[in-house]
Amino acid sequence: MNFLDLIWLIPLFPLFGALLMLLFGRMLDPQPASEVAVAPGVEHTHDEHDRHHDHGHSHSHDHDHEHDHGHHHHHHSPLKVLISLICPGMVLISFLLSVGAVWRLTDYPGRVYELVKFTWLAGLPFHMMDGRLTTFSADWGFLLDPLSAVMILVVTGIGFLIHVYSTGYMAHDNGYYRFFGYLNLFIFFMLMLVLANNYTLLFVGWEGVGLCSYLLIGFYFQKKSAGDAGKKAFIVNRVGDAGFIMGMLLMFSLLGTVRFVEVNAALRGGHFHAETAGFGVLSAMALLFFIGATGKSAQFPLYVWLPDAMEGPTPVSALIHAATMVTAGVYMVARSAALFQLTPQTLNIVAGIGAFTAIFAATIALVQNDIKRVLAYSTVSQLGYMFLALGVGAYWVAVFHLFTHAFFKALLFLDSGSVIHAMGGEQDMRRMGGLKDKIPITHWTMWIGSAAIAGIPGLAGFFSKDEILWQAYSSPAGSKALWFVGLATAGLTAFYMWRLMNMTFYGKSRVAPEVAAHIHESPPAMTIPLVLLAAGGALAGWLSVPHAWSWLGSLHGFEHWLEPAFASAATEAAQGGAHDASTEWILMGISVAVAIIGIVVARYFYHHKPHIPDTLEKSLKPLHGLLYNKYYVDEIYDFLFVNGLGKGGGRVLGAFDRNVVDGAVNGAGWLTRFSSRVSIWWDTWIVDGAVRLGSFTVKLLSYPVCILQTGRVQAYALFVVVGVLIFFGYYLAGK
Amino acid sequence: MYPITTAHYIALSAALLLIGTVGVLTRRNIVIILMSIELILNAVNINLVAFSQALHNLDGQVFAIFVITDAVAEAAVGLGILIALFRNKETVEADEMDLLKW
Repeated sequence: MNFLDLIWLIPLFPLFGALLMLLFGRMLDPQPASEVAVAPGVEHTHDEHDRHHDHGHSHSHDHDHEHDHGHHHHHHSPLKVLISLICPGMVLISFLLSVGAVWRLTDYPGRVYELVKFTWLAGLPFHMMDGRLTTFSADWGFLLDPLSAVMILVVTGIGFLIHVYSTGYMAHDNGYYRFFGYLNLFIFFMLMLVLANNYTLLFVGWEGVGLCSYLLIGFYFQKKSAGDAGKKAFIVNRVGDAGFIMGMLLMFSLLGTVRFVEVNAALRGGHFHAETAGFGVLSAMALLFFIGATGKSAQFPLYVWLPDAMEGPTPVSALIHAATMVTAGVYMVARSAALFQLTPQTLNIVAGIGAFTAIFAATIALVQNDIKRVLAYSTVSQLGYMFLALGVGAYWVAVFHLFTHAFFKALLFLDSGSVIHAMGGEQDMRRMGGLKDKIPITHWTMWIGSAAIAGIPGLAGFFSKDEILWQAYSSPAGSKALWFVGLATAGLTAFYMWRLMNMTFYGKSRVAPEVAAHIHESPPAMTIPLVLLAAGGALAGWLSVPHAWSWLGSLHGFEHWLEPAFASAATEAAQGGAHDASTEWILMGISVAVAIIGIVVARYFYHHKPHIPDTLEKSLKPLHGLLYNKYYVDEIYDFLFVNGLGKGGGRVLGAFDRNVVDGAVNGAGWLTRFSSRVSIWWDTWIVDGAVRLGSFTVKLLSYPVCILQTGRVQAYALFVVVGVLIFFGYYLAGK
Repeated sequence: MYPITTAHYIALSAALLLIGTVGVLTRRNIVIILMSIELILNAVNINLVAFSQALHNLDGQVFAIFVITDAVAEAAVGLGILIALFRNKETVEADEMDLLKW
C-alpha cells in the first residue's frame, strides 16, 4: 500500500467523526434539557472579575462548591463510551496514515509529493497585473513536503493525545458529543490547512479552524464571558484574514497562480529580485500575508483574543490555542518562505513584531494570577519567538520551535487542566499551593514542561530557543538588539514559569479547606497523555542539536529534513555564521545562565521570601497595575475601536444616515408630494375645469329647450296646432 | 230651397275640424279628447266624400272608408291604453300625466 496516495484520506476520518457526532451525537449521549444549563463543574473562571476593572485585589468569589466533582451524579449512558472510542479513534487512524505517508515521503524523490483530487474553483476570469487575462483556479489538492509532514504529525499526534485526555477531562461535562464533534471538525480543518497545495485551499482550512476555535471558546455559551471571548476571537481574526485575502489576490494578480509549487518556482526563477532598496509589490504582498499571520498566531497588535480564548475548556486551550491552530500563521509564513526571502523590509517587520510580542507578552505573564492566563501569555510570547526566527530568515528554526513548543505547551496546558480538575474548577493560583504530593504525576510532568520552556539544557525548549537566539544573533538579518530582547524574554519566561510552579505546587497550601478535601489525581485517561507529552517535551529537541555540539556528530535531522522546503540561498547564508563555535558556546552559556537566574529568583521570591513580591507590588504599584491590566491594551482597543471607531463611527454614520441618506429620501418624498400637489391642482382646476365648463355650457344652452318639455300631451298638441297655423298663415300670406 | 254645394260640405268640415281641435287642446278628460279626435277624423271624411262627389271620383270614398277603419282601430288602442293608465293612476285627467318631462 502506498501511503502517499492515501493522504487525501487523512483529513476525512476526523471529518467523518465530526459529522457522526454533530448529526447523531445527541442519540449517543442523551441529556435532560435542564442539566445543560448548569455551569460546568470543571471550568470555573474568575475572568469576569479579572478582566473588568478589578484593579484591586478583592477577590471575594462566592464559590459554589456544590459543583465539585464528587457531587456530580451523572447517569452515564453506555453509548457515551462509543463517543470516546470513535472520536479519538478517527484521529488515531489519521495519525497512523500520516506516519505511513511521512515514512514513504523519506524515500520519495525530492521529498515533495503533490496529489490533486479535482479542480475545485475554476473558470473565474481575472486580469493580471500586467494586463494578461487568466482564469482563477484552485485545486482540491494536497501537498506533502517536509514542512507539512511535520505539521500533520504534530496535529494528529498531539491531537490524538489531547482527545484521549479529553475523554477523562470532559467526562462529567454536558455536551460531551458536541465537544468531540467540534474537536474532530477542528482536526479536519487543521489538516486541510497544512495539507493544502494552494493558498486558497489553505484559506479554507484557515477559516475552518477559526470557526472551530470560535465554537470551542464559546463552548460554555451559558456564560456571557465565554460567548464574548468567542466573538472577540472571531472578530479579531477577521482583521488578519482581510490581510490574508488581499495578499492572496495580490499574489494571483502578480503571478497568476496560488499553487505553492508554482509560486515558489516563479519566485525563485530569477525573474524577481530581492526588494532591498524599496518597499515594492512583493513586500506589500508579504506584509499582507504577515498581517493574516498576526491574527491567527496572536501577534501584536492582534494578540488580544488569545488570552480571552482561555474561556474554552482546557483541552481546547492546549490543542487549538497553544499547540496547533495558533501556529498556523507561523506555518503560513514558513510556507511563503520564498516570498519573504525576497522582501527583507517585511522580514525586518516580522522580526521586530515577533521580538516585541515575545517580551511584551512575557512581562504581562509575570503578574497574572490565573494559571491558564499565565500560559496563554506564555503562548503569545513563544509565538513571538517563532516570528523572530522567521524574521531573521531562519525558517526551519521557527518550525523547530513550533514543533517542540507544541509538545511542552500542550503538556503545560493539560497539566493546568489537571490541576483545575483536581481543584474542582479553581484557576486562581493564589488559592493553590502545596499541591506537589497530592497530584504527583501532574506535578512531575508539569515540572518537565516548565523546565523545557525555560530552556534547561537537554529538554526540548532549550534546543529550539537556543537556536532562535543564535540565529537572531548571527544571521545577516538579525542583530544584537533582537538577540538581547530574546534573551531577556528567556529570563522572564523562566521566572514566570517558576512563579507558576511555586504558587501552584510548593510552599504552604492556600487551598480552601472544603476544596482541599476533594483534591485527587486525575484518571489514567488524563495522566497517560501527560506522561507521553512529557516524554516528547523532554526529548523532541534532540532531533536537532546545536552546531557547536560537534562531538555529537550529525544530529541535525530536523534541519536537514526541512531543507527541501526552504531551499534558498539566503537560508544557507543565515546558517553561515554557525562556524563560529566559540561565540555560540558563549551565547548558549549566557542564555542558560539567564534561565537559571530566572528560576532561582522565582524560587527565592515565591518560596523562600513570599513577602518580597508583595512588597515589590506595593512599592511599584503603577508598574504592577500596568502589567496586571495587560498594559490596558484591551481598554485602549475598547476606547479606540469598540467605542471610538465602532460606536463613535456608528454615531457619525448614524448622523450621516439620518441627515444625508434619510434627508435625500425624505427630500425625494417631499418633492414627489409637492409635484403631486401641483398635479392635483392642475387636474382639479384646469382639466376638470375645462370638462365642467363644457358640461355647464351644454346644460345652460339646454335649459330653454328643457322648459318646453312639460310632459303634458296637450301642450305638445298645442305646439303642433300653432306650428300648423304658422305654416298656414305663411302660406296664405305668401299668396 | 238652396242646393247643397261643395262649399257647404267644406264649411261643415272646417267647423268640425275647429271644434275637434279646440276639444283636443282644451278638455282634460282623455275620453273627451279621444272623441274630439274622432271629430277631426270625421271632418276629413266629409271633405273626402264631398270632393269625391264633386269630382266624380270614387277614390275619395274608398279613402274615407280606410280612415273610418283607422279611426276605429285608433279608438280601440287609445281606450285600451286609457284603461291601463286608469288602473295605475286612478285618473283620466290628461294634465295629471306629466311624468315624461326633463
